[in-house]
Amino acid sequence: MQGKARASRIDDPARDSAFKRELVALIPHLRAFARTLTGDPTAADDLAQDAMMKAWDARASFEMGTNMKAWTFMILRNQFYSEKRRSWRQSQLDQEAAERTLVAIDDPAAPVALDELRLGLGMLPPEQREALVLVGAGGFAYEEAAEICGCAVGTVKSRVSRARRALQGILERGDYDRDGAAAGDAMGSILAHAERLSTVR
Amino acid sequence: MKQPPKSPPALDEARLRQQAIGAKLRQMFDEVVNEPVPDEFLEILRRADARAPENG
Repeated sequence: MQGKARASRIDDPARDSAFKRELVALIPHLRAFARTLTGDPTAADDLAQDAMMKAWDARASFEMGTNMKAWTFMILRNQFYSEKRRSWRQSQLDQEAAERTLVAIDDPAAPVALDELRLGLGMLPPEQREALVLVGAGGFAYEEAAEICGCAVGTVKSRVSRARRALQGILERGDYDRDGAAAGDAMGSILAHAERLSTVR
Repeated sequence: MKQPPKSPPALDEARLRQQAIGAKLRQMFDEVVNEPVPDEFLEILRRADARAPENG
């Protein structure tokens, strides 16, 4: 064993507090990633808290100066899938969460296209969704996303591109499960928003 | 000679749509990132820190 190095790491309060500072700064990102995995804010915060504690408990095995964001995202992702495997009711829960989301977006003031994007994202296969979120929103390079997901870089690339095509199709066709109106113009609304953004700049 | 290659309008359109989706995706993610962190998180971490063995 590399007992000595390990022990000195564990008993190093300065290292612990540096670790903790970095971990605390990552909490908002862990919450956001968890939200995209679970689709439910409460379940997401439970997951993010579990991941945070697992990271804290495993701090001795973290190499300071390396990418802690990728490391904690990997922990969170593993936690999510190990819980999912244990739970037969997960798909049921996902359904309930989706229904709660639908109820929540009945608020007419809610930004429509964003909710539709969320629903569309929820319809993607999980491995495509996480790849797209990590690369498209989380700011990870393909290589980092591959490490987080435990797969090859090429696999991440193809998942991201399939996810992009699928999501665009869903938004254009208005395929997401939403009672009643607005089906079909999510893409139009997203494009209008993008145009507003580019005019502002 | 140095004319940029002309891409078919359909490709431009597709790229525009993908850029728009990308921007929206980042907005969705950043909205959560920018939420205030619930006190519970820091409380849990503080308790974990307190139960860590003191070395003296």
